Amino acid sequence: MVISVASGKGGTGKTTVAVNLALSLDNVQLLDCDVEEPNSHIFIKPVFKSKSKVFIPIPVVDKTKCDGCGRCQEVCIYNAVAIAGKKVLIFPELCHGCGSCTYFCPHDAIKEENEEIGVVEAGEKSSIQFIHGKLNIGKMMAPPVIRAVKKHINKKKTVIIDAPPGTSCPVITAIKGTDFVILVTEPTPFGLNDLMLAVEVVRKLKIPFGVIVNRSDLGNKKTDDYCAREHISILMKIPFSKKIAGIYSRGDSIVEAMPEYREKFRELFEKIKQNKDESSAK
Amino acid sequence: MKQIVIISGKGGTGKTVIAGAFAALARDKVMADCDVDAADLHLLLGSTIKKTYVFKSGFTAFTHRDRCEGCGVCRTACRFEAVRENFSIDPISCEGCAFCSFICPRQAIEMKANISGKWFISETRFGPLVHARLGIAEENSGKLVALVRQKAEEIAAEKNCRWIIIDGSPGIGCPVIASITGTDCAVIVIEPTLSGLHDARRVIDVAGHFNVPVRVIINKYDLNCDMTEKIEHWFKDKNIKILGKVGFSKAVVRSVVEGKTIIEYSENKVTRTLRSIWRLIEEEL
Amino acid sequence: MKIAISSSGMTLESDVDPRFGRCPYYIIYETENDSFEPVENKSGQAAGGAGIQAAQMISSMKVESVISGNIGPNAFRVLSAASVKIYSGATGSIKNAVEKFKKGEYKQTGGPDVGSHFGMGRG
Repeated sequence: MVISVASGKGGTGKTTVAVNLALSLDNVQLLDCDVEEPNSHIFIKPVFKSKSKVFIPIPVVDKTKCDGCGRCQEVCIYNAVAIAGKKVLIFPELCHGCGSCTYFCPHDAIKEENEEIGVVEAGEKSSIQFIHGKLNIGKMMAPPVIRAVKKHINKKKTVIIDAPPGTSCPVITAIKGTDFVILVTEPTPFGLNDLMLAVEVVRKLKIPFGVIVNRSDLGNKKTDDYCAREHISILMKIPFSKKIAGIYSRGDSIVEAMPEYREKFRELFEKIKQNKDESSAK
Repeated sequence: MKQIVIISGKGGTGKTVIAGAFAALARDKVMADCDVDAADLHLLLGSTIKKTYVFKSGFTAFTHRDRCEGCGVCRTACRFEAVRENFSIDPISCEGCAFCSFICPRQAIEMKANISGKWFISETRFGPLVHARLGIAEENSGKLVALVRQKAEEIAAEKNCRWIIIDGSPGIGCPVIASITGTDCAVIVIEPTLSGLHDARRVIDVAGHFNVPVRVIINKYDLNCDMTEKIEHWFKDKNIKILGKVGFSKAVVRSVVEGKTIIEYSENKVTRTLRSIWRLIEEEL
Repeated sequence: MKIAISSSGMTLESDVDPRFGRCPYYIIYETENDSFEPVENKSGQAAGGAGIQAAQMISSMKVESVISGNIGPNAFRVLSAASVKIYSGATGSIKNAVEKFKKGEYKQTGGPDVGSHFGMGRG
């Protein structure tokens, strides 16, 4: 089963949930898909065993075959191909790697070459297989790096995906095709506002989901009311605790410092298995 | 007129609460919420939307079934798995590259202009706020953020404002870049955690790349004083100025729940620290 | 000869706009007979590649020189490929800029003077 952990708002506790859930189960893969700012490795402290670069195909023009006809520029929606002074200029940072210009060149003058945009690193810690992706600074496109991380999914294991925050396309890329989404929120107006956006996304993708309320005693009841109204299952509530905040700030895991939480995360997993079958997606 | 942007690299550090506090403390200002993916600043400022605009960016493919003959060339061409088995288009996966549209022998695929979001001009307790909401699964290229910045600048010029206070985007990509460029100062809000420091470093690189001066606020510092000290040393080494340390306070959560900035909600250590931070900013700029 | 100046408005009294790719207008000025026309910059709202699109449009108008406040690396690359001369660092009114140009007071720019995305924060 592949479980993704997401949230509309950043800082609600996505990584905390993903990491501690992974540490509480057996036969687990943890994939950190927050490629702009991956930080699950800080808590898992895996021993990294492999590193591979992520490339996107960028068109390159063979000047000997090009006659400046401009067909490539016509088919590029992103302004990544320009014609000036009968020369073709490619702008890799705008290129989405769609392949149009390469295909439509009447003189076969364009071919695709690899440009590095990030890295994927894989490693282990006890029985957890750990993989994360990092987008290189200055590079614009997260989804190809996220897809590269997800290529490591081994369905024979319980796979947990730490998704990026928000609702835009990196998040979609991370949670698409997963079996269940845990939405982590906090019971404040900010948390609720962003939870509603995240619920919209997950419903559009038709994936079963449930909610975890973090720092559950700091805020108001509106999140509970919203979930009840929308028939959304609240899988777990984690109260605020300075102890937990301290553990997190040091880069330690809750389940190691407070073993009673291991049982709670195992129960969470059982609930998810049940929920996935009943399905709260509408 | 000075522009100040509040960013954090990582989400949830207190960026919006601090932006709200600055909005309450500054005089003659316009606010801009550039976190278009998950905009929250309006919740603190008591805002009423005055104008709504539609934001169009890019295209989404659409198959006209009556013209489609099922040859499947579109499905082979599409690299984003957006063409379904029945040759209709999955709008969530579609990246609008138009390859399918160009290649279709029957011209059965139309590229429709995409409404990727909405942007708003609102009136708040503290003055005008420009904010936006990006649609679901839309590419956050920074264009909508750039638009929010531009509109905020126009209003500030019209009203002769002294400040534009910008609640920035999390992360390090285009939306953050569009939040940061051309500002007079980027204030990075960081929590005393390993992840916070890790992520702040990446965003500081971005700010440096665009020549925007950086200042730091350590938020909820008393949740881990050791880490706070480590962070202070780290920034001193890099010659990056720390404007102040704000303590953890449940009153902050209560103020958010009530839809108020912390400055209005109570007078305590937190507000005193924020006031002195704002004074420092005013002096510097 | 034709020159293009990035402009905040449609007349000679308008200010030179500091951003080549995302300015609202260009003033296309013919120095032979001192006629001019304002041209709307449709690239200003492009998601990415505003400078690229704008530079292509300007080069297709057979403009010999471009005057602006700042030119980013993408626009610079396109204009150079089209052999358009580039003069940056201009400020003040369009009228003023034209006079300075005619007197030869502007020096050609050797490279882009701002990083990419410079104009993005300001729309």
